[in-house]
Amino acid sequence: MSHTTPAMESFVSGEYQHGFVTPIESDTLPPGLDEAVIRAISARKVEPEWMLERRLQAYRHWQTMTEPDWAHLRSSPIDFNGISYYSAPKRDKDAPQSLDEIDPQLLETYRKLGIPVEEQKALAGVAVDAVFDSVSVATTFRKTLHEAGVIFCSMSEAVREHPELVQKYLGSVVPHTDNFFASLNSAVFSDGTFVYVPEGVRCPMELSTYFRINEANTGQFERTLIVAEAGSHVSYLEGCTAPMRDENQLHAAVVELVAMEDAQIKYSTVQNWYPGDAQGRGGIYNFVTKRGDCRGDRARISWTQVETGSAITWKYPSCILRGDDSVGEFYSVAVTRGRQQADTGTKMIHMGSNTRSTIVSKGISAGEGQNTYRGLVRMTPKAENARNHTQCDSLLIGARCGAHTFPYIEVRNPTAKVEHEATTSKIGEDQLFYCRQRGLSGEDAVSLIVNGFCKEVFNELPMEFAVEAQKLLNVTLEGAVG
Amino acid sequence: MLNIEKLQASVDDKPILNGLDLKVNAGEVHAIMGPNGSGKSTLAHILAGREGYKVSGGTASFEGEDLLALAPEERARRGLFLALQYPVELPGVNNMVFLKTALNAVRAARGKPLLDAVGFMKLVRERLGLVQMDERFLKRNVNAGFSGGEKKRNEILQMAVLEPKLAILDETDSGLDIDALRVVADGVNALRSPERAMIVVTHYQRLLDYIQPDFVHVLAGGRIVRSGDRTLALELEEKGYGWLEQEDAA
Repeated sequence: MSHTTPAMESFVSGEYQHGFVTPIESDTLPPGLDEAVIRAISARKVEPEWMLERRLQAYRHWQTMTEPDWAHLRSSPIDFNGISYYSAPKRDKDAPQSLDEIDPQLLETYRKLGIPVEEQKALAGVAVDAVFDSVSVATTFRKTLHEAGVIFCSMSEAVREHPELVQKYLGSVVPHTDNFFASLNSAVFSDGTFVYVPEGVRCPMELSTYFRINEANTGQFERTLIVAEAGSHVSYLEGCTAPMRDENQLHAAVVELVAMEDAQIKYSTVQNWYPGDAQGRGGIYNFVTKRGDCRGDRARISWTQVETGSAITWKYPSCILRGDDSVGEFYSVAVTRGRQQADTGTKMIHMGSNTRSTIVSKGISAGEGQNTYRGLVRMTPKAENARNHTQCDSLLIGARCGAHTFPYIEVRNPTAKVEHEATTSKIGEDQLFYCRQRGLSGEDAVSLIVNGFCKEVFNELPMEFAVEAQKLLNVTLEGAVG
Repeated sequence: MLNIEKLQASVDDKPILNGLDLKVNAGEVHAIMGPNGSGKSTLAHILAGREGYKVSGGTASFEGEDLLALAPEERARRGLFLALQYPVELPGVNNMVFLKTALNAVRAARGKPLLDAVGFMKLVRERLGLVQMDERFLKRNVNAGFSGGEKKRNEILQMAVLEPKLAILDETDSGLDIDALRVVADGVNALRSPERAMIVVTHYQRLLDYIQPDFVHVLAGGRIVRSGDRTLALELEEKGYGWLEQEDAA
């Protein structure tokens, strides 16, 4: 299948569906980064002294670091002094107390994205802690959660209201020295989500946050911390889209998960940030550090991600399997089209005995998209009878895209078992013809084939999210192979 | 229904069809036989709109419309069905979802109301019997891990569900043992009707013992060199294709 049909060419020409800017006035710091900026961020958020100290410590460490260049990515260098590090929607009074007080334009933005907050409350039973730019502006279902003892709030609020928990857990999975972008985040993080599920509690609803980058030229530095105490369960959904933009935007989030004995955390992401124009200009740089720590025996952490947006995606949601019999899972669909690049995968660090991990990665490349799977499976000397299964499949659409696989496997325990399977296939002309001969349009055919390819991952998503992800994939691949 | 005149086609500048004529009316079953490389499958694929062939002359019309100007899905929606010699696997794509999506695409184009899950299941249950398949078949992924016989039965099931006006069966008998062949042939026979035409492309006479054609054509060197009734197939069985090729050359 060496030739590319004209119809296939048109695959790459679809315009980004969520490209619009909501003109909401915002309170933005001038570009640049120094200690004064960090103090200003901390002051605006009315943080206690210890938080400011942590930020400064991270900033000082970050200054000693250099930007990593090992990823299979091509990008223009980032000018860290050209970025504004804080942007909050402007408000007359204090934060809104209910949805009624939300700027109608913001609600309109959600409507355009097909995320009606009110409907979600009613239909899906999902509490939404919506992060618009950098400050949380809507939180629902707090009461139900409060009754269950679950804390679900913005990170800024957690710093003020639950300092003992934040001090204990923040940075305990991803320390401020971890990597270049995590250090930067630790210094300047704007806001994010904090979840705490007490011992034995099964969180009564799926928790969801929609992130949205809105202010031009503003870095988004989200910080998320989820702590599940012994025997508790929580499922967290993170979904994002972004408006159109001229300049590259840096997004360097940090997500930390802590699962104690018998606790389970399921973290699902749908990421659809602006990928840039046809020449690859203006897309989001998505450099994220996500890590989960199975601290207790039989803890379980599951990452599911559907990555369709951003000019560059660089993230490796990982699990540290510290507790005996703990389980780590990573299910990923990453789509690159146009000039998008993704270098993503996971790390499974097996430390406890009988620990198990599963990796299912589906990469889809179209146009000139470059898709890299990079994964590490490490079996430490104490990981008796640990097991890993990795399945890594790539689907190519057209002849100018690329798929790359870099699996790193380190085994230091002779009883450990590691399996790795990898396939690369192309959407064949024969598959397309077959579908079209049965009456399907070219687009429906591509959508059917691609969704079939991703099924194993979509099956892991909560139902309403799976539907959304499937829709997103169809929108992303619109105007596809014909 | 189908009218092909002086059709010429090539693949990579190599001529395959050299002025082929064929006329098929509703209710008729035509068998097209011929040696390997005579252009049988090429003809089937060109009629269905497969890319990669260059039509350099002649015409093909389907119910008065220029068939060659239509996209493959438009041909399918107008009622042209091709059962492939090598049915394609679609990993992860549920057989039932595939069938329902296809049927509703065809129904929408024909101005018929779309079927919901209940209506579809009713229809498909009825058609499953034709190809002696049970419902578990629907839960599997399209052709993925199917045996040769299952793939061919799946093609006939799709045909039974989509109810084409013209069905082209491209070497549907290849790779089938005698039992599977009988099942497939029974399915095809059950779908014969005065409104439906069929073109059965085959290398061997064997299939025609089960699907009895009204007309038999022999394709050689990219043209139909001989047409007749069923006895022509029997004659070919006895004498081989060489006989006609020699005669043609003479």
